[in-house]
Amino acid sequence: MQTSNFQKTSRLILLISVTILLLLPLILGISLSLSSSQSIAQGNLWPKHLEFGNYIKVFTNTPMAKFLLHSFIVSGLVMIGQVVLSAMAAYAFVFLNFRFKKSVFILFLSTMMLPFEAQIIPNFATMRDLNLLNTYAAIGLPFLASAFGTFMMKTSFEQIPTALRQLSDIEGLNHFQFATKVVVPYTRVSIITFALYSFLTNWNMYLWPLIATTNDKVRTVQIGLRQLRSQDTASNWGLIMAVTIISVIPTLLIIFLGQKYFKKGLTNGVIK
Amino acid sequence: MKKDKKGQLASQNLLAWSLLLPSFIILGIFVFYPMVKTFILSMQLTDLMGNPIKFIGFKNFLNLFNSDSFGTSFTVTLIFVFFSTTLTLIMSYLMAVLASQKMKGIALFRTMFSSTMGVSVTVASILWLFMFNPQIGLFSKILTLLHLPQINFLSDQTWSLIAIIGTTVWMNLGFSFLILLGAIQAIPQDLYQVADLDGASWWMRLRKITIPSTSATIFFVTVVTLINAFQTFGQVDILTSGGPDYHTNLLVYAIYQDAFVNHSVGRASAQSVILTIIIMIFTMLQFYVKNKKGAKNAN
Repeated sequence: MQTSNFQKTSRLILLISVTILLLLPLILGISLSLSSSQSIAQGNLWPKHLEFGNYIKVFTNTPMAKFLLHSFIVSGLVMIGQVVLSAMAAYAFVFLNFRFKKSVFILFLSTMMLPFEAQIIPNFATMRDLNLLNTYAAIGLPFLASAFGTFMMKTSFEQIPTALRQLSDIEGLNHFQFATKVVVPYTRVSIITFALYSFLTNWNMYLWPLIATTNDKVRTVQIGLRQLRSQDTASNWGLIMAVTIISVIPTLLIIFLGQKYFKKGLTNGVIK
Repeated sequence: MKKDKKGQLASQNLLAWSLLLPSFIILGIFVFYPMVKTFILSMQLTDLMGNPIKFIGFKNFLNLFNSDSFGTSFTVTLIFVFFSTTLTLIMSYLMAVLASQKMKGIALFRTMFSSTMGVSVTVASILWLFMFNPQIGLFSKILTLLHLPQINFLSDQTWSLIAIIGTTVWMNLGFSFLILLGAIQAIPQDLYQVADLDGASWWMRLRKITIPSTSATIFFVTVVTLINAFQTFGQVDILTSGGPDYHTNLLVYAIYQDAFVNHSVGRASAQSVILTIIIMIFTMLQFYVKNKKGAKNAN
């Protein structure tokens, strides 16, 4: 069917309008982060002169550099843990026969319906009693095992053709060789997809890092932002927005890079 | 050399259990134990440190149901869940339909549409905190421009919940959009060719082909959004702190306040149990529908 030029143009206009409306809060945030406090106090949404002072102040006047580093460390460690533990568990479910396999799998499945938010009270007590509050372990440990990750890995491991498995058997590969030489290379796209998604989720965690930290020692950037907001927003919008924008850059990058994989991977992991 | 069957099975058993053990330890300590403990605490009278004093059965639950603040909390939670889920679904579906057409440069729009998926709850809340600011925020400017009276979005009983819903929907759009787009793109094109021959309108195509062909994904996105909505915390913490007068005191925020600010651990645990039951029901519903669909496909 032929699409007329008029139709094409109106579609484009619609797409652009939706994009602008959708991104408006983010655009205004960037605009404010580049404005002087005077300009903001006068009620201007756009700076007359671009002002980069807020971005410098983030690093000289606030502990945000430290908080960003903490976020990178925690998110990275939990990501590695989730990928490794999920892949190990998925390998057992797909390639091994063992007793109670079905019941164990259902047990894994059941953890998906237990909301972490309902378990914060005992988990806080555990961390306090183990003397782990204000450590990376406190923030990260509860999330190292991931039922979602295990399912996603399991689904992708199941895609490995039986012929390839039989060939590996004939070649006499042991489980370790099969895992490292066949499974990981064959499913690397799913593994990377899950790793990126995991990092994104860890970076954006809010409730638990808030509870697990009572001082600045390992505090993450999300909680740092909360602190900044509760201090004094009225005169500080430029600075707050600068921190906000800096903190969202890593995850936006992940979305831009991984969008194509997320669409496929997240659907495979959960729906099928 | 060929291993005997029994020995092979035993070694597989051992390997499987050692691969599963790390996950099990973590899940045991941080998921299963806390769940049991929360159930126990919900039936206890607790001291200020959260230590159980004595068993009181369902008294914490009865007290909750008789308390006005919980009544308000629970009602606004249901209202919040309903509107944030419905709006997320409708808006992200329209965006997905819009972005599913084939044209030059569409990939850029798809990336933009999914971008809020990368935005944390803190970032979203702070961006919208500014939008709602009564002195310099965008909405206040629009109201001035239209000669309408100013609204205190975050301290008005009705508007504060609307503000939380708006922020949440905005945050949710990216993820739902991406999943729905994937489903719409997977619809076989020949279905539409028949419709084109019949001269079906845009609305007819959407109603008769696109929506029915993506019903499984729509259901999935609905349940996921719903479950997430019940678990909302950050938006409330940053935008309204549960106020005014408990009118944005969503369930998880109420749990947090009762446990860590008011130190009534028994009450907080009872609310946690209620949250768990709600989430369980919706997750089981999802598993049930998925398995039914799977069984149908297998036939």
